[in-house]
Amino acid sequence: MTVILGQLFTGVSIGAVLLLIALGLALTFGQMNVINMAHGEFIMAGAYTTYVLQQTITDAGLSLLVALPIAFAVAGAMGVLLEWALIRRLYTRPLDTLLVTWGVSLMLQQLARDVFGAPNVQTAAPDILTESTSLGADLSIANSRLFILGLVVLAVAALTAALKFTPLGRRIRAVVQNRDLAAVSGIPTGRVDRLTFFIGSGLAGVAGVALTLLGPIGPTMGTNIIIDAFLVVVVGGIGQLKGSVIVAFVLGMLQAMVEYLTTLSVAKVIVFIAIVAFLQWRPQGLFTLRTRSLA
Amino acid sequence: MKALTEMNPRLRAGLGFGLGAVVLFAAAPALLTDFRLSLLAKYLCFAIVAVGIGLAWGRGGLLTLGQGVFFGLGGYAMAMHLKLADAGEGNMPDFMELYGQLDELPAWWAPFANPAFALAATVLLPMLVAFGLGSLVFRRRVRGAYFAILSQALAAAMVILLIGQQGTTGGTNGLTDIEGFFGYDLDDPVNQRMVYFIIAGVLLALLALTRQLMHSRYGELLVAVRDSEERVRFLGYNPANVKLVAYVVAAGMAGLAGALFVPAVGIISPALIGIVPSIEFVIGVAVGGRAALLGPVLGAVAVAWAKTALSERFPGTWTYLQGAMFVLVVAFLPGGLASLWGMVKRRKEATAPPTPPAEQPVLVKEAAA
Amino acid sequence: MLRFPRRRLAAGAVALAAALAVSACGSKTGENDSAGGVTADTSGDTVKVGLLNSLSGTMAISEVTVRDAIMLAVEEINAAGGVLGKKIAPVGEDGASDWPTFAEKAEKLIKVDRVAAVFGCWTSASRKAVKPVFEENKALLFYPVQYEGLEQSPYIFYTGATTNQQIVPGLDYLKAQGKKSVYLVGSDYVFPRTANKIIKAYAEANGLKVLGEDYAPLGSTEFGTIVNKVKASKAEAVFNTLNGDSNVAFFKEYKSAGLTAASMPVVSVSIAEEEVKSIGTQYLAGQLTAWNYYQTTSGAANDKFVKAYKAKFGADKPTSDPMEAAYVSVYLWKAMVEKAGSFDVEKVKGAADGVTFEAPEGLVTIDGATQHIHKTARIGKIGDDGLITEVWNSGGPVKPDPYLKGYTWATGLS
Repeated sequence: MTVILGQLFTGVSIGAVLLLIALGLALTFGQMNVINMAHGEFIMAGAYTTYVLQQTITDAGLSLLVALPIAFAVAGAMGVLLEWALIRRLYTRPLDTLLVTWGVSLMLQQLARDVFGAPNVQTAAPDILTESTSLGADLSIANSRLFILGLVVLAVAALTAALKFTPLGRRIRAVVQNRDLAAVSGIPTGRVDRLTFFIGSGLAGVAGVALTLLGPIGPTMGTNIIIDAFLVVVVGGIGQLKGSVIVAFVLGMLQAMVEYLTTLSVAKVIVFIAIVAFLQWRPQGLFTLRTRSLA
Repeated sequence: MKALTEMNPRLRAGLGFGLGAVVLFAAAPALLTDFRLSLLAKYLCFAIVAVGIGLAWGRGGLLTLGQGVFFGLGGYAMAMHLKLADAGEGNMPDFMELYGQLDELPAWWAPFANPAFALAATVLLPMLVAFGLGSLVFRRRVRGAYFAILSQALAAAMVILLIGQQGTTGGTNGLTDIEGFFGYDLDDPVNQRMVYFIIAGVLLALLALTRQLMHSRYGELLVAVRDSEERVRFLGYNPANVKLVAYVVAAGMAGLAGALFVPAVGIISPALIGIVPSIEFVIGVAVGGRAALLGPVLGAVAVAWAKTALSERFPGTWTYLQGAMFVLVVAFLPGGLASLWGMVKRRKEATAPPTPPAEQPVLVKEAAA
Repeated sequence: MLRFPRRRLAAGAVALAAALAVSACGSKTGENDSAGGVTADTSGDTVKVGLLNSLSGTMAISEVTVRDAIMLAVEEINAAGGVLGKKIAPVGEDGASDWPTFAEKAEKLIKVDRVAAVFGCWTSASRKAVKPVFEENKALLFYPVQYEGLEQSPYIFYTGATTNQQIVPGLDYLKAQGKKSVYLVGSDYVFPRTANKIIKAYAEANGLKVLGEDYAPLGSTEFGTIVNKVKASKAEAVFNTLNGDSNVAFFKEYKSAGLTAASMPVVSVSIAEEEVKSIGTQYLAGQLTAWNYYQTTSGAANDKFVKAYKAKFGADKPTSDPMEAAYVSVYLWKAMVEKAGSFDVEKVKGAADGVTFEAPEGLVTIDGATQHIHKTARIGKIGDDGLITEVWNSGGPVKPDPYLKGYTWATGLS
């Protein structure tokens, strides 16, 4: 029984990690229809930011907290640069952005290899985040995963509030729903795009900081997780955050349960089959933005 | 130059094929060493995949990022047969005894001992899988980016599946150390040359077939679906079926390419199937020019050749060059290198008196998802 | 809807292809062909050798350091006058973590550069991919990484440990410590699966209980469930054959779950000093490793090696087992060539048996029959300073036994 409870929490925390990675994508892919394959490398940039900061701030806890906003800014700036240099030329060709940003991700990986060396680097975590909280006899929950869960709840809440209540959020939603109408209503769509991209990419940086608690920090860390994150957004439905939130946790739970009964390989394949089956039922994802467009 | 553009398009196509045949069958074998010719054989296999992608993506707008899956299915079907032939009647392939500890051949391997079955499977198996997935996905109008990501996930799932079954698939190693090709010893350079000729012949034949398909009514319909799916639906056609045909044909070509890759290179492994090789197939097509007939072929060969040449010359920095090439071509030359030809021609026409419009595929703005 | 007019030209092309193909038929399988391979180009005052490692892609993490170690050996040998009076000219190629690329580059090194020997490869998959290339062209490969055994190619020299020099001693150590049960965790590829097969056979014969066995796809970084299973099994030790990035995620999860080296020690076979550095001693201190060499291994040869390596690549760069094995492989090749008095592959092979080298890990000897080397097995404990210190060794070099023929419990494994 305790094992089942432990697995339930593992499922939730896998979901939290998925969501943290997918949150930025939900903005850039979900809201702007841009397939940014370099998103994984923005995550990497966030992780390396933590590493660099730890060279000067030796206190692990403090450096982690400082890293969160700085990684947001670093990855966000990279995103803006990418948007300005390439992506804005490609808004009419969404599939081409995929190929272009894939080329960018290749170059960023090699850049990381040349700057930081090919081997992974390590960051220290504050002691409290390497321990676990005991909940009874055999049941304990890793503090690092609780931290990530907290972080993701915070990020979703902040993002939802920003989209709902701030003028920028209103503009973003207006551009998503009808770009042309937004433009004639005097919304500077180019600037809104850039800001959206800044926030989406910045969230990748935050995810990168969080991932230093769980996994490796190296040039290829972004490539392994990016496809899962895209699937979350696709299944969740474009244009809304709640779909991605629900789907991330459902997929996390599904993977944890199937993996417990079989193996990780089988779990991954079953999750894929489940996704194809789900899209049969709801081809536009869990939630769809109702528009009058035919496509 | 002017005479060429005014020529009957069919005659021009015929001349093109003749020229291609001369280059592939006479010039290349005469000029290249055995090693470089075997590399060219490998590139031509990628070119065959590219022809299919050109049809599905360039003409049909289906960005398939999972062609590695079909390439792999064809390759594994062929390699399974060759491994069984190498082992000899009644024996098991070497790796199974080492890693699988199986007492007898698994049932799903057995039919591949039959050469006719294996050959048919290299093409039909990928087509079957493509038909299955395609009819589900297209019927429900999953398209654009959704389709691209789904096909990518398919590649990832396939790799995990193959690796997990090490005892019967060779796991990450794949199927290696293939010695013979239907009785011919692959160590012999003469036989390697024979394999090259077969690959070149298949490529030319498939190009001819694809040209027919592109110029048929079906080809027109496919472009129409790419540019405006809804209008085609209103005209009474089912776009799902139109797309399905292109997807299945592309899958069959990828399977055939995989099957030919095995004797040319002597290995098939999950490393050729996953997300990265699948994207690389597409990149070649994008660089060459997705909508033109020859664009994908030249692009695939050029990208593969550049990869070899750059990594030999600049082992430390070639990744930058590779990445930069993709970015520049796709972002600033969406029609690929093939569109350069069109640009040159247009510039000439601007100064020359107007000529009747040439039969030149124009890349129309891709339908946004 | 579909219409296919006749295409005479296309048909002609196919017919031409078929005609050419048939007329160009060469020898059939099984026929004795005299294709003798390529001879190395040693005409000038240098001799070329090939270096084949991944400098990009996922495996670059490990393989770049191996390349560095090989370069160090080459420079040292050149500074001391070269081999048979010729300076070594290294030709480097990037395997790009992609197995078919390894095969392509191996062929290029042999046929185009005409190198006398190739040093490199890391994963078993890359070795399996290049093996036919070396056998077909009768060229030499020196493979510097511990591996799963069950192989003995006439054109490969294996300077890393085979299973009876690493995994079996690791199990012997656990048994001597009184451990009665073990949980197996590995990456999903050939080495862990084969290693675990051997471990299970050993366990059955030695009263060790295997409480579970789990594999994660290469590159996987989600270990929540596997660690939960390990914890619930209450095994007395874990035998870890994970590779690369997965180790980082596994150990972070392991520590977070409250499992410690004292309560449930982990014996790892793919974590060397370089990996310790990238995971962090915070997560690893006290855990065990099984190798043949550590940076702390005592001896004049190792002091010299460590000093030279740090002088060249930086004081913070550790040396590790695969690097040492790669460094040794160049010196062993030199000794073999000098004994043979020739760069000719067959003569070098013929001279191999009994060639020795005073390596950083101690005296190593080539076993001509298997083309592996005698190596001392060492169990080490990871310290707070990131270095690994030896807690047990096999007392002397262990004879390589890639097919485990000398172990009764292993019958039926190969």
